[in-house]
Amino acid sequence: MTGEHPDATIAQRVRRLETLLEEKGLITGERVDEAIDAFLASSSPANGARVVARAWTDEGYKSRLLADGTAAVRELGYMEGSYQRLRVVENTAGTHNVIVCTLCSCYPLRLLGPSPSWYKSEAYRSRVVREPRSVLREFGLELPDTVDITVWDSSAESRYMVLPRRPEGTEGLAEEELAALVTRNALIGTAAL
Amino acid sequence: MARINDVGGTQGFGAIDTADDTEPFHADWEARVVGLFNTLRAQGIFNTNEFRDAIESMPPAEYLAASYYERWFTAIVALLETKGVLEPGELDD
Repeated sequence: MTGEHPDATIAQRVRRLETLLEEKGLITGERVDEAIDAFLASSSPANGARVVARAWTDEGYKSRLLADGTAAVRELGYMEGSYQRLRVVENTAGTHNVIVCTLCSCYPLRLLGPSPSWYKSEAYRSRVVREPRSVLREFGLELPDTVDITVWDSSAESRYMVLPRRPEGTEGLAEEELAALVTRNALIGTAAL
Repeated sequence: MARINDVGGTQGFGAIDTADDTEPFHADWEARVVGLFNTLRAQGIFNTNEFRDAIESMPPAEYLAASYYERWFTAIVALLETKGVLEPGELDD
């Protein structure tokens, strides 16, 4: 870090900035607390899991979800930002999808929750577009060569979420039970179910 | 010319730490940075595109050495200085 006090820790510098902005009357600690709480309360992979379970059990909803993800998740009460387009990409027997943001960290936060550190790492961002099969293997997902891999690179305006394949033997499960099977990494595409 | 953040397809970044960290923040200051970002943006002090530009404008070595939320903090401070909210260097006086 640059600055007059290079020995100040990042935690100290953040606290100092907050104090300065409070002194200038721009923020209050309570407003910052509320902003953190709002961020955490609105974002969870349980939201994406609910969307997936609905698509697995309702063909009409699945069609709408794949045609216009933004509108379909709004049906369930999820807004992914006012100007962002959500596209949901479906895994099939022959195609596996995985998402990335090579430029930084764009991600459907409301549906997937705060992103894991690796999603924001240079290693993941640089490599998954070049050697997705090797990268997925590092996550423990070994895909046969007969399965094509499609990598979706997010941007400020476009976000992606994977619709995983419904696990076999789950025909009798209710929507809530199905949602409980869906993991965050399956929604990113670095895991299958 | 591509900026340092445009890493897609470049080689040499090594293995991925695939640990499934489910914690949204790994230190309290990271949460404060997100809270500050959302509060300042909501007040129109800066917008998201300006914020992205500020991260992407970091000197490459500094960008690569910084953690994710250190980049956020650096960008917020840079924007506050650009906008005249902070005097240059005021934070570290």
